[in-house]
Amino acid sequence: MDGNSSEIEKNNIEENWSTTVRFAGDSGDGMQLTGGRLTFEAAISGMGLATFPDYPAEIRAPAGTTFGVSSFQVRFGEGLIASSGDHADILVAMNPAALKVNIKEVLPGGLLILDSSSFNDRGIKKAGYEENPMENNSLAGLQIISADISNLTIEAVKEFGLGNKDGLRCRNMWTLGLILWLFTKEISETVDWLENKFGKDSILTKANVAALNAGHTYAENSEISSDILRKVVPKSTPKKGKWRAITGAESLAFGLATGAIKSKLNMTLCSYPITPASPIMHYLANYELKGISIYQAEDEIAACCSAIGVSYAGGLGVTSSSGPGISLKTEAIGLAVSVELPLIIINSQRAGPSTGLPTRAEQSDLMQAIYGRHGEAPLVVLAPKSPSDCFEIAQKAIYISIKYMTPVMILSDAYLTNASEPWLIPDISKIKDNSVSFGEYHENYMPFERNPDTLARKWVKPGTKGMEHRIGGLEKDSISGNISYDPENHQKMTNLRAKKIQNIQKEFNKIEIIGPDKGDLLVIGWGSTNGPISEARELLTNKGYTISHSQISCLWPISDSLKVIASKFKSVIVIEMNDGQLFNLLKVDTIPNAKSLTQVSGKPFRVSHLIDEFKNIIELGN
Amino acid sequence: MSINEEPTKLKPTDYASDQEVRWCPGCGDYAILNAVKKTLADKQAKKENTVFVSGIGCSSRLPYYMATYGFHTIHGRAPAFAAGIKITNPELDVWVITGDGDALSIGGNHFIHLLRKNLNCQVLLFNNEIYGLTKGQASPASRTGTISPSTPGGSLEAPISACELALSSGGTFIARGVDTAIKQLVPTLSKAQEHLGTSLVEIYQNCIVYNDDVFKSFTDKSVALEKQIHLEHGEPMLFGENNKKGLSINKDYSGLEVIDLELNEKDISRVLIHDYTNKTIANLLTQMDQNSMPVALGIIYCVEKPTLDQYYTEKLNKHKNEISNIMEKGQTWTI
Ligand code: SF4
Repeated sequence: MDGNSSEIEKNNIEENWSTTVRFAGDSGDGMQLTGGRLTFEAAISGMGLATFPDYPAEIRAPAGTTFGVSSFQVRFGEGLIASSGDHADILVAMNPAALKVNIKEVLPGGLLILDSSSFNDRGIKKAGYEENPMENNSLAGLQIISADISNLTIEAVKEFGLGNKDGLRCRNMWTLGLILWLFTKEISETVDWLENKFGKDSILTKANVAALNAGHTYAENSEISSDILRKVVPKSTPKKGKWRAITGAESLAFGLATGAIKSKLNMTLCSYPITPASPIMHYLANYELKGISIYQAEDEIAACCSAIGVSYAGGLGVTSSSGPGISLKTEAIGLAVSVELPLIIINSQRAGPSTGLPTRAEQSDLMQAIYGRHGEAPLVVLAPKSPSDCFEIAQKAIYISIKYMTPVMILSDAYLTNASEPWLIPDISKIKDNSVSFGEYHENYMPFERNPDTLARKWVKPGTKGMEHRIGGLEKDSISGNISYDPENHQKMTNLRAKKIQNIQKEFNKIEIIGPDKGDLLVIGWGSTNGPISEARELLTNKGYTISHSQISCLWPISDSLKVIASKFKSVIVIEMNDGQLFNLLKVDTIPNAKSLTQVSGKPFRVSHLIDEFKNIIELGN
Repeated sequence: MSINEEPTKLKPTDYASDQEVRWCPGCGDYAILNAVKKTLADKQAKKENTVFVSGIGCSSRLPYYMATYGFHTIHGRAPAFAAGIKITNPELDVWVITGDGDALSIGGNHFIHLLRKNLNCQVLLFNNEIYGLTKGQASPASRTGTISPSTPGGSLEAPISACELALSSGGTFIARGVDTAIKQLVPTLSKAQEHLGTSLVEIYQNCIVYNDDVFKSFTDKSVALEKQIHLEHGEPMLFGENNKKGLSINKDYSGLEVIDLELNEKDISRVLIHDYTNKTIANLLTQMDQNSMPVALGIIYCVEKPTLDQYYTEKLNKHKNEISNIMEKGQTWTI
C-alpha cells in the first residue's frame, strides 16, 4: 500500500499530549540539524522527549532517490516520553522521495509540509511515482502545507550574494522557521545558536537567519488552519539541574570514561570502524580526557586482543563493535575468560545475519553474547535500556569486570546508539570511587589463587617486582596457574569459572518491577524495548489495567529470583527484537509458561502494537 | 654484599622459570631459548620489566620457560596483544615470540601492521618452514614441493619471505640469524632489543621431527663459510674462506652477484659496503636465491622512525580534559 496512509488506525487508548515530527530529505538537506534544533527548543521548555535519526547505509546515495532519504524523528510532550513515536503527526518532506518513503508513517489527519518546487516531473520520476502525489488523491485525509520553499529561500538570502546552490542550503532553516511558528516558538534561541556556530558577522549566519525569519513570517501570514496549531504547554516537572540531550553512544562514552576515572585506571578503547558502533570511538577520541585514549586496530580481532593487552598491562581495555565484528572477536574473548582479566566488550547490535541491515536495530546477538564462544566460557552480559541508562550500565560493567576479573559484554543496539533523550548531567564528584588495588609483592604468590568472596584472582601487572608469572590460554592449575592437563583440575576450573559468574547475581539488587508485584500480566523486556513497553504499560494502567513491567539489565547471570517473581503473575510475556532468544532461555526452567512477542523488522516496537497484545492477554486471560 | 641482598648479577639461568621445557629433544628452539636468556643476562635486564608475548605453535611455548612476565595468547595475534601492552606501559620490554605459521599465515595481518606502526618491541620469528605443533603440515614459508601430511604430492605454493614482507611493510629493523649460531644470534638479539621500534629477527630454526635439515644447505658446518654472509654495518660484504668472496650489484642492476676475489683482487672496489639504512640493497639481500647465493645474516636493515608507543605517550600527555567539563560542553539547559 505504498503512498497511502489509510492503513494506520489510531489506537483508541487516549494518550497524554505529545507530538511527533519527522524531518525527511536527502542526506545533504540538513534534516538532522533541523530536527536537532526543534529537539532543543522542546527540551528547554522542560518537555519529555525522545529522538531517533534514521539514515540509509549508503553514505551519499544519488539525490532525490528513495534510497538516499534520511530522516530525523523527534517526539515531545508531557508525561512519560520513552519512545520516539509510532507515527508522525507532522512530516516535513523536502522532496518526493522523502514523501514516498515516509508517508506510511504519518497519522491520518496529520500534517505534511512539502517543498512544492521539488515536485517537478524529474523529482517525481526519480522518486518512482507514476504521477504527482499532490495532484492525485493519494494524500487525502492529510493536511498539507505546500510552499515553494526553494525559491522562497533563495529569495530571502539573495541580498547576501549566495548563489543558488549555497542559497538552497538554507532551505532547512526556512523550514525550521515555519515549524517553530507552528509550535508558537520564537526564533531567538536559534539565532543565538547560529551566531555562536558561524560567528555573528558571518555571511552564513546572516543568510541562515534571513531564511529562518522568512519561514517564520511565511507561516504567520499564510492561512494555516488553526487546528494544526498545537500550543505547547508542558506539564512535566523535571528534576532541577543542568540538562543536555544525550545519545546512547555518548552516554556509553561518558559512562566508560567515568568508570575508568573512578577506578583510577587509564583506559583505552580499542576498536575497528563498523556501523553503528563507531560513534563511541569518535566521541572518546575527541574528548581528549586525561588518561583515556582510543586505539584504532588493524582489524576486529586485533582490537579485542589489544584491549586484553591493555588490561594485562594494568589499564582498562575496552573493545567496541557490532555483530560481524563481535563474531571475529570471540576467540580472543574466550582467552580473556580463561586468563581472567578485566575486559569490556560493547556490542551495538544491528540487524543480521551477516551484513544484514547495518543501520537498523535488532537484539539477535543475545545467545551469541551468552554462549557464543567455544568451550564453557561464561561471562557477564548487561543491557542498557535507554540512552541515559548507558551511562550507568557502562560504569557497572567496569565495576564488575575489575572486581571479578572477568570480561563483561554490554549489549546496546543501533537504536540506542543513535537515539537521544534529555539527561540530567550528573555531579561526577558524587559518584563513588572504586580504586583498583593491584597485587603487590608477597611471598609464594600463586597467580590463580582466588578471593574467597568474589572468586576473583589477583590483578598483578607486569612491572611488579618479584611477582613475575606466566598466563595463557592453556588450562591452568587452579592455584599455581601452571599448565595443567589434569582432568580433575579441568573440571574444577570449569566449575570455578561458572560459579564466579553466577556469584555476580548479588551485584544486582532485587529485579526492578514497575507496577504491582503480582497480578494479571508481567511484561519482561531488555535493552531498547524499554521505551515502547513503558509507554504501553503506563497508558494501559491509566485505563485501569493491572500490568507490571521488568526490564532486565543483567542478562547473564540470570537472577534466580526471576523465577519467583514471575510465578506471581497469571501471564508473563517476553518482548524482544529477535526470534525469541531470551524467551527460549527463560523457558527452560525459569518461566516455563512464558509467552513471547518478537519483531525482527529492524524497527522498534510500536506502542500501539504492544497495547493491543497486552490487552488481548489480559482480557482473554491467556 | 650482605647475604640477604639479591645477587646483583643475574646469570642466564636466573631467567629460567621452574617449568620443565617440553620441546622435542634436539629441537632448535632450545638454542634460541639459551640465546634469549644470554642476551637478557648480558644486559642485566630486569625480570619484572620484561614481557614475553606469544601466539600458538611450538615456539610460542617459550614464555612459559622464562622467569619474566609472560602471556601465551591465541594463534597469530601476539602482535595485537603487544600493542595493547606497550601503549599502556611503554616502559615494559616486550618480546613477541612467533613462528612462520603464526606470523606469516594466520597472523599475517597483525605482523604487517605491527611493523607499519613500528611498536617498540622485538619480534623473534622462529622459522622452521613447517607447522610443528599440529604435526608437520606445509606452512607459507615451506619451499615449493614440500611433502607433508597436507601436501602429500608436494606443495605447489611459492613460499613467502618474512624479511622481504617486513621490509615492504615498513619495518625499521630487520635481521636474520640461525638457531644454533648463538655467537652471532646474541649480538643480533641485543641490537634488536636496543632498537627503538619493531625489531624483526627471523631465526632459521631446525625442526628435527618434521622438517629436519631443511636449512642444512647453508647451516652445515662444511658449507657455512661459503653459504652465509654475516653483515656488519659499514663493512664490505665479504664471505667465504679467507673472505675471498664479495657481493656486488650485477650488471643489469636487477640483483646481487657474487664476485670471486681470487680471480681478480682488484674487484674488491666493486664489493658493496653494508649500509643498513639502504632499503634497496636490503631488499636485494633478502631476495637472494639460497641455491646460487649466500644467505644474508645479521642486521639487514635498520632505520629510525617514530614509534607507536611514543606517539601514544605524547598524545596521552596532551589529554587534559576533565569529564565534567566535557559533559557540559555544547547545548545545555537549566531547570
Ligand atoms: S615439533 Fe619440531 S619445532 Fe616443534 S618442538 Fe618438536 S622439533 Fe621443535
